[in-house]
Amino acid sequence: MRVAVLGAGIVGAACARELARAGLTVTVLERGRPAAATTAHGEGNVLVSDKGPGPELTLALLSLDLWPQILDEITDRRPETAHAVEWDPKGGIVVATTGAGARELERFAAGQRAEGVTAEPLDAPGLAAAEPHLTRDVTAAVHYPQDAQVQPAGAATALLADALDAGATLRTHCEVLGAVTEGGRLTAVRTSRGTVHADAFVNAAGPWSGGLAARLGAPVDVRPRRGEVLVTTPLPPTVFHKVYDADYVGAVGSGAEDLQASAVVESTRAGTVLLGSSRRRVGFDDRMRPEVLSVIAAKALRLFPCLDGVPVMRAYGGFRPYVPDHLPIIGPDPRLPGLWHVTGHEGAGVGLAPGTARLLADLLLGRTPSVDPAPFRADRPAALGSPPSAGGAA
Amino acid sequence: MSPRLVPAEDDSTGRRPDTPLRVTVDGEPVTGVAGQTIAGVLLAAGRRAWRQGPSGAPRGVFCGIGVCFDCLLTVNGERDVRACRRRARDGDVITTQSREAGR
Repeated sequence: MRVAVLGAGIVGAACARELARAGLTVTVLERGRPAAATTAHGEGNVLVSDKGPGPELTLALLSLDLWPQILDEITDRRPETAHAVEWDPKGGIVVATTGAGARELERFAAGQRAEGVTAEPLDAPGLAAAEPHLTRDVTAAVHYPQDAQVQPAGAATALLADALDAGATLRTHCEVLGAVTEGGRLTAVRTSRGTVHADAFVNAAGPWSGGLAARLGAPVDVRPRRGEVLVTTPLPPTVFHKVYDADYVGAVGSGAEDLQASAVVESTRAGTVLLGSSRRRVGFDDRMRPEVLSVIAAKALRLFPCLDGVPVMRAYGGFRPYVPDHLPIIGPDPRLPGLWHVTGHEGAGVGLAPGTARLLADLLLGRTPSVDPAPFRADRPAALGSPPSAGGAA
Repeated sequence: MSPRLVPAEDDSTGRRPDTPLRVTVDGEPVTGVAGQTIAGVLLAAGRRAWRQGPSGAPRGVFCGIGVCFDCLLTVNGERDVRACRRRARDGDVITTQSREAGR
């Protein structure tokens, strides 16, 4: 079977790897360069802490099992490439800063524990030992040792390199322009570099997948949701986990168009501290907004007062692929046989990529699915929605 | 590119070779001239690296224009000063930074 994966971000790279390793003939078509858009503009989250019971948590737990296995396999073949992934099982710490927030966090964590997530309440001395520079002004804290982080561009590159080693082909600067159908089936795509035939086409275009699907004649409701991150100068060890305010979970689950911001603070291997995060629905408007950056900084300072005066050396922003019901779209498009979607992971694409790829391969190859595919199906109402215009997309 | 000292008459920063200055770097005296940046003083004194990257590789002036933040130093107690952006002053107490806790 020939498969064309449309998009070489983290999700497309994971799918290309999974399918190529399963023996399929895989071609990856990338409009620009690999891992250059959404993948390169996040924090590299591999999180279970922000997911309540439900299908996304199930997919996250599967992915959390798969990530270390995949990295072990890549380490055997390409140790340096695997090293650049910067896999860091640092764990997450979620804190509440109000009485109501504490009760909500404890309720949320109890629900997660029932689904197999490790969520350990931390008392004040435990929290101070785990994060000595964190404000003491918290009402509850929960430690999630399963949370991890990767360098996202390194991770996507490693997955893609492993796909190419398994025989996959990558075509960059190759934009998909339209569909070629035969008898109602998608049999080829027209691209800026010629027509590409395949038996299956996998839409992995992230925030641009709504527009790409519309070009192919089967629109899905995936929209961009903007986020920004501040980067400090390299510091001595100051932040040891991914530390965030419990209201982050509320911001992730919100569909509001206006600014949602919550404090998310963590270090990288280089010593910089990343300060997030914001969520805004502003289309593909990529202008930096100083007032947004200042809200992020103020919230981070509330959690880590010691960051006061630390220089911010840059800020970056990107677009998350957002579906109104906050679930990814994974599976075949029943309106256009031959078209498959793996998109809509919002801010969790890095964490969910391996599970997404495994589920896609299960469905493509007719294996028993590793997780229930029904909640992710492409023809659910939230995924069909009102499609964004194709202009400027894909 | 290897560092080299631009002749004073061609130096648009207004370097004044007739006005020497002296700073200390981790307690060691280093001499320069008025008008030089701290990076300029260090490079002219033959110092090419004063930090380490995550892999242990040496870091010093990379971009020279304030963008890369690779040349960070602590100057008179103020940490994370970009050496390429700070004019050296006579008597500056400069310490190198490491990522070890407590520096």
